[in-house]
Amino acid sequence: MVKDLETRLRNAMPSGVDYCSVRYLAERDEAVAVRQDKPLPVSRSETTGVMITVIADGALGYAATCDLGEAGLAEAAGRAVWWAKQAAGRAVTDFSKIAWPSEQAEVTGPNIRPWSEVSLEARYDLLTQQCARLKTDDRIVDWSAGIWFASSDSLLLTSDGGRIHQTRHYTMPSMNVTANHGAETQTRSLGGHSFCQQGGMEVLDTFAFTSAAPRLASEAIELLTAPNCPTGSMDLILAPDQMVLQIHESIGHPLELDRILGDERNYAGTSFVTTDMLGTYQYGSEKLNITYDPSRPEQLASYSHDDEGAASEKAWIIKDGLLLRSLGGTISQARTGLDGVANSRACSWNRPAIDRMANLNLEPGDMPFNDMVSSIQRGVYMETNCSWSIDDSRNKFQFGCERGRLIEDGKLTSVVKNCNYRGISATFWRSLKGVGPADETVVMGTPNCGKGEPNQVIRVAHASGPAMFENVDVFGGAEA
Amino acid sequence: MRDYFYKCIDDLTATLSGDEVLLGCYDGEQSDFVRFNRSQIRQPGSVTQREISLRLIDGKRHISSSVSLTGQSEVDGPKLSAMLDQLRSDLPHVPEDPYLLYATDVCSSEEVHNNTLPPSDDAVNAVLNAGAGHDLVGIYASGSIDAGYANSLGQRNWFSRPSFNMDWCFYHQADKAVKASYAGFAWDDSQFDRKVDTAREQLTVLSGEPRTIDPGEYRVFLAPAAMQEIMSMLCWGGFGLKDHRTKNTPLLKMVAEGATLAPSITLRENTAGGLAPRFSSRGYAKSDSVTLIENGRYRDCLVSPRSAAEYDEPTTGGDEYPESLDLTGGTLGADDVLGALDTGVYVNTLWYLNYSDRPAARMTGMTRFATFWVEDGKIVAPLNVMRFDETIYRILGENLIDLTAEREFLPDNDTYFARSTGSMNLPGALIDNFRFTL
Repeated sequence: MVKDLETRLRNAMPSGVDYCSVRYLAERDEAVAVRQDKPLPVSRSETTGVMITVIADGALGYAATCDLGEAGLAEAAGRAVWWAKQAAGRAVTDFSKIAWPSEQAEVTGPNIRPWSEVSLEARYDLLTQQCARLKTDDRIVDWSAGIWFASSDSLLLTSDGGRIHQTRHYTMPSMNVTANHGAETQTRSLGGHSFCQQGGMEVLDTFAFTSAAPRLASEAIELLTAPNCPTGSMDLILAPDQMVLQIHESIGHPLELDRILGDERNYAGTSFVTTDMLGTYQYGSEKLNITYDPSRPEQLASYSHDDEGAASEKAWIIKDGLLLRSLGGTISQARTGLDGVANSRACSWNRPAIDRMANLNLEPGDMPFNDMVSSIQRGVYMETNCSWSIDDSRNKFQFGCERGRLIEDGKLTSVVKNCNYRGISATFWRSLKGVGPADETVVMGTPNCGKGEPNQVIRVAHASGPAMFENVDVFGGAEA
Repeated sequence: MRDYFYKCIDDLTATLSGDEVLLGCYDGEQSDFVRFNRSQIRQPGSVTQREISLRLIDGKRHISSSVSLTGQSEVDGPKLSAMLDQLRSDLPHVPEDPYLLYATDVCSSEEVHNNTLPPSDDAVNAVLNAGAGHDLVGIYASGSIDAGYANSLGQRNWFSRPSFNMDWCFYHQADKAVKASYAGFAWDDSQFDRKVDTAREQLTVLSGEPRTIDPGEYRVFLAPAAMQEIMSMLCWGGFGLKDHRTKNTPLLKMVAEGATLAPSITLRENTAGGLAPRFSSRGYAKSDSVTLIENGRYRDCLVSPRSAAEYDEPTTGGDEYPESLDLTGGTLGADDVLGALDTGVYVNTLWYLNYSDRPAARMTGMTRFATFWVEDGKIVAPLNVMRFDETIYRILGENLIDLTAEREFLPDNDTYFARSTGSMNLPGALIDNFRFTL
């Protein structure tokens, strides 16, 4: 962070307003990939800008700009004040009554083996090797391996002296293999889009990047001739790389307080959860324990403070199945008088902060995967999300997985394809019968959670072990 | 910013040596976004963003990078020079790309539309007046969207189009709401008022006792906005040459087995009739029109420059995702829709679609917003949300009764990263035996 810039940012804060924050972000990323043994061109980006938020006359206004000169910042500050005054007397709440956090922090996230220290040739060599290992059969028609890296440098300054500087690094490996025969196509991937963490090249080891290719290739081929997933109500075990989606869609989003407040009703949707359910509603069985947990530094959405400066601390959201707390940041907490968490976040400098689920984790249970399998007479084990759909209240869902295996008489048996299941959030989690222990928990995430107006796509994360549900409506593909 | 962008590329071109070629792209917008909830203002603000991307080519090697522009030449100039130096330094270390293809024939163009947008505070006042006494939630987005292309061969392309989009709902209660939008280039109070009045009229129907139907097959009418969701799913890998050659297209049965849709289905990428820039990031002019499906049979793919090189086909200029999709209308008159539906479900909007079985083009999704139960040609009740699970071969094939003669032009209200310039021109569809599952 250049000192001159910080001085300029602080000087840009307008006088005569109730409160102001200036949030600077510089984010760089680089994507390297090899497809069908041919290199894809390196793609890099760097985005830099500032979001100025002003509270004046009881209302909020913002302006974002990529012009970091004095004149550009002054113009943005003036525009933010203008917007606040336009909204005065017509805003959803009296923003001047909000107690804004004011803290100091200097934080750098994990980055044990920085990708910037690995030469371009070495990166391409690694990906070329892995890509080649995916092409094991003539029926494999597309195959690729890639790594996406990003790093962010953010500085939040507030008019009451707050200063939070965070530097973070992110790595997301990917691998895809597609097999085809006639009108049948099946794809296997490395964890869908969920195998990503903070850190450098060490993240590849976490997700066994260099040993996955042969398995994925053989599984894609195997799926080509596999029967469809059976139809019926039966027991279901979800692998961690499907649980990440299940937690995200049917617990994370419905508990975001801005959805409950109605802000998202025109786009991402509302929620079946209402504020009066907090502290009284049995969200799931006693096996369901969910935390907002920023304490794992490697997890994708770990941070010391959110984008409004609130300090992040672990909080129980659901304990023994009982709903305790929703996911709302400083503004939503003030609007409702409810407890929340530090999850007011923006995807970049050019978007205002809104409530986001951040790290939302399923706490480990006491039922190892093998015990789950042995307890089931007839069921399905599904892994790796490939399809997701849920209603705007986050209730009626249908999710699909890349691969399944039948469970018969307590044993994993044949492979099945086109695995889907459907349910209703309000009742689904009550059928949770077991959660894997800590040593089966995988720390995953996704860089692509969409929400907000204007639209924002942001990093969120979920840790989970395998989980077992009873009497779930499962089905396969082909004719509807 | 046009001249500024061209100057940046000129300055960088002057530093090239040997066989180096430089491609430059510009994307920028100056937008106001005002978010409403319960007929009050939630988040009002402005965003100024500008980005330039450079691709340095030498033989079959190339590498690209993008960076935010401040708009100050004394800051941007050195930054861009340093970026080009870094690309030049890294270029020998990247492998040759056998599928590199870019336009070498100079084809310059300019499309600049005048700014006739209303002051944003006037629009905000109109919206709040419309919401008075109602529960209005939504967003007003307005401002200019600019895009440019320039290369070291002398090609220059520029696009600038100011536009606005007011996208909102009137809520009755819980998840019962009427969705509406008003988009364009110049604000007309009478047009906006008409849309508000229409939405308010539908709102009164929503106040009735909602009905829940059992899963099963129903006769449905999908309004153009609902069809937009179906088409968006098909656009996800449906029409690109790469997805066809790698067997990832959801229309695989059309390609591999000759499956067909109804003869009334003719689908085009109609660049000439859309809102998006007509040049691409590799310097090609996009084809004015590409017929994707004709009379129910698959015809042509969109072919990016990269796929053109990989599969030895001519490029259609742009990417392989339609930006200006156009579905030919049918014979059903707008006034005859309810009568033709007779008894069934009138779906204004679908939501959150995804594939249940991608190679079979089987998709699932939810009804959303004003969806009604209709009996004997009359709306009798709002419907609680239902999940469907259907193949495209049934929806737009064996069970398609008719498309509406009138079509609706639907600008894309997507604002991820930047405001979209995409659009669709679609009719509604009357469909028999449409499967609801949950």
